[in-house]
Amino acid sequence: MTAPSRPTSPHWQIYRWQIGSSTSILHRVTGVALAVGLVALSFWFVSLAGGEQSYAVASKLFAGPIGLVVLIGWTFAFSFHLLNGVRHLFFDSGRGFERKARHAGGWIALLGALALTLGVWVWLWH
Amino acid sequence: MSLRSPLGRVLGLGSAKDGTAHWWAQRVSAVALIPLTLWFLLTLLALPDLGYATVRTWLALPINGFLAVLLVAVLTYHAYLGTTVVIEDYVAAAGTRIVALMLLRFLYVLAGGAAIFAILRVAFGP
Repeated sequence: MTAPSRPTSPHWQIYRWQIGSSTSILHRVTGVALAVGLVALSFWFVSLAGGEQSYAVASKLFAGPIGLVVLIGWTFAFSFHLLNGVRHLFFDSGRGFERKARHAGGWIALLGALALTLGVWVWLWH
Repeated sequence: MSLRSPLGRVLGLGSAKDGTAHWWAQRVSAVALIPLTLWFLLTLLALPDLGYATVRTWLALPINGFLAVLLVAVLTYHAYLGTTVVIEDYVAAAGTRIVALMLLRFLYVLAGGAAIFAILRVAFGP
């Protein structure tokens, strides 16, 4: 039997964009980003214990252009992972699987995370 | 027909060989992280500034040091559980996978251990 030339599943690149798969992929991506953030959090605590000078070095790094971009990224990653994580806990309890609830939850997690990120940074800068 | 009880099946079988233990630990740590992360971020944001003296005085309070240690411990555990699955899913070669999983564990013990030690230094330091 000749192997069919059509792609085998799962082959996510050819699927139509949908909120369900996007939030699933994004949950994993933000989780990995937050795991990297754990290293930064650890570095921050160590700098605080090290004294005024080491804390100043860390603060300067976080307040620099790269530090700010990364911190804003982590704000979004945390907000989304939190909201979508709660959504997953609802799924685990057997709730929210109807098409309407599923889609609405996905959009709430995504737009809510964007709104939270914007809100936190506007509040920090005002 | 299998002679195994449903409980025996769910406890020890499946491709992961650890049944639902990993899945359950992921959920328990996720639920614990909701109040812990929100406490940490909201109290930090509520501080008048994030200067050395302010943050150090804040973390030196027993309740804050205690909760910060819990946060780092549960966060490290949750990140370890999540990123382990990512490596298991995407790293196919057995040798590379074992080395990657081992390095990941070392990294988490290092990051988590350093952060907890730093918090204790602030809590019990001069």
